[in-house]
Amino acid sequence: MMIDELTSLVDEYLRSPRSLAFVDLAERLRTEGRLEAAVRVALTGLEHYPTLSAAYDVYARILLDIGDLDRAETIWRELLERDRRHVGALTGLGGLYARKGDYDSALDHLERALSVDPADPAVVQALMRVRRAAEDAEGDATSAQASEQTLFRGLDGAGRGMLLADRHGQMLGGRLETPAGDEVSEPAAAHVASVAREATRTADMLGLGPWLWLTIEAAAANLHLSAPDDQSLLLVVRDRSMPAGRLARLAERAAETARGWLGEQIL
Amino acid sequence: MIAPLAEALDRMTRVGGVWGALLVAADDGLVIAEAVMEGIKPAAIAALAASLARQSGIASEAAGAGTPRFLHLQGAAGTLAVMSAGDGLLLVAVGSDEMNVGLARLEMLRAIEAAE
Repeated sequence: MMIDELTSLVDEYLRSPRSLAFVDLAERLRTEGRLEAAVRVALTGLEHYPTLSAAYDVYARILLDIGDLDRAETIWRELLERDRRHVGALTGLGGLYARKGDYDSALDHLERALSVDPADPAVVQALMRVRRAAEDAEGDATSAQASEQTLFRGLDGAGRGMLLADRHGQMLGGRLETPAGDEVSEPAAAHVASVAREATRTADMLGLGPWLWLTIEAAAANLHLSAPDDQSLLLVVRDRSMPAGRLARLAERAAETARGWLGEQIL
Repeated sequence: MIAPLAEALDRMTRVGGVWGALLVAADDGLVIAEAVMEGIKPAAIAALAASLARQSGIASEAAGAGTPRFLHLQGAAGTLAVMSAGDGLLLVAVGSDEMNVGLARLEMLRAIEAAE
């Protein structure tokens, strides 16, 4: 049946290529995922109807599906400049901002679309979808903040000198601050992954066996890097007043805590 | 100056578990002076130690800890210790997993004094 509908749209378009049939056909091709064909039909139609809002709206949706968010946003914004109550543009921008993770702007545009046409099911569905996504994102952020605060709870310096990262340098939990109090968790996580790779290579090529840990005594602080498991890296940083042996003991306890926490995340 | 340095490196190799001691250029990882046991390849140790020191320096700066002075890489079967000797030089000791890092470190400090 869907193919019949597409066939009839194609037939109609071929019968009169200069008619408005291109708008429905381009949209149909878009929903079928035939994006190149959809672009061709939309652009050909726009040559004949260079001011047709509906055609630009469809073209922007195609661009969004292709991933060209910037051009899609430009087109919808231009439509809104012409008609600030354009439901297609408001809904399109709502979806676009949600895709960018800007849920405030997304909800703002979708609520404006709903106020223009409260009965439009596409708008209602989009609004519900984005509200759920926004709630999930807020939950993730709260969870990340909670893990930052609770992962190493009870250990000395947990909130400022312990960092858990994956082997690709992505933060898993904890928090690292400089002695001046600036947070450096993410850049430190990225760099310790490189150090761990270098430590692995060095230990392997020099016949030292698998590396267990690396301590770095630096001008302003001492660092202890280890691998709680084969997927994660733990960096513990303390000021130079803590002797290397004590730092190693503290890192061992932090590694045990991290392993327990990682196990809970998997479960 | 070379003779005291050679003696200092030699003293480092007498620390329990140490297989070799080297003075290395930090920027290119080339060997400047060495005292290693037979079968130990100084060029590889120098290059890898310098590279690890470089990477550790970047991470240490990113963490706000400043320039590294001493590194200790512990492997299941061996140990690598690297100390900044100033003037773009590194002092390196490599040994077994039972290497006495504390004593090796003291001898490294003495070797740096000898190199000055």
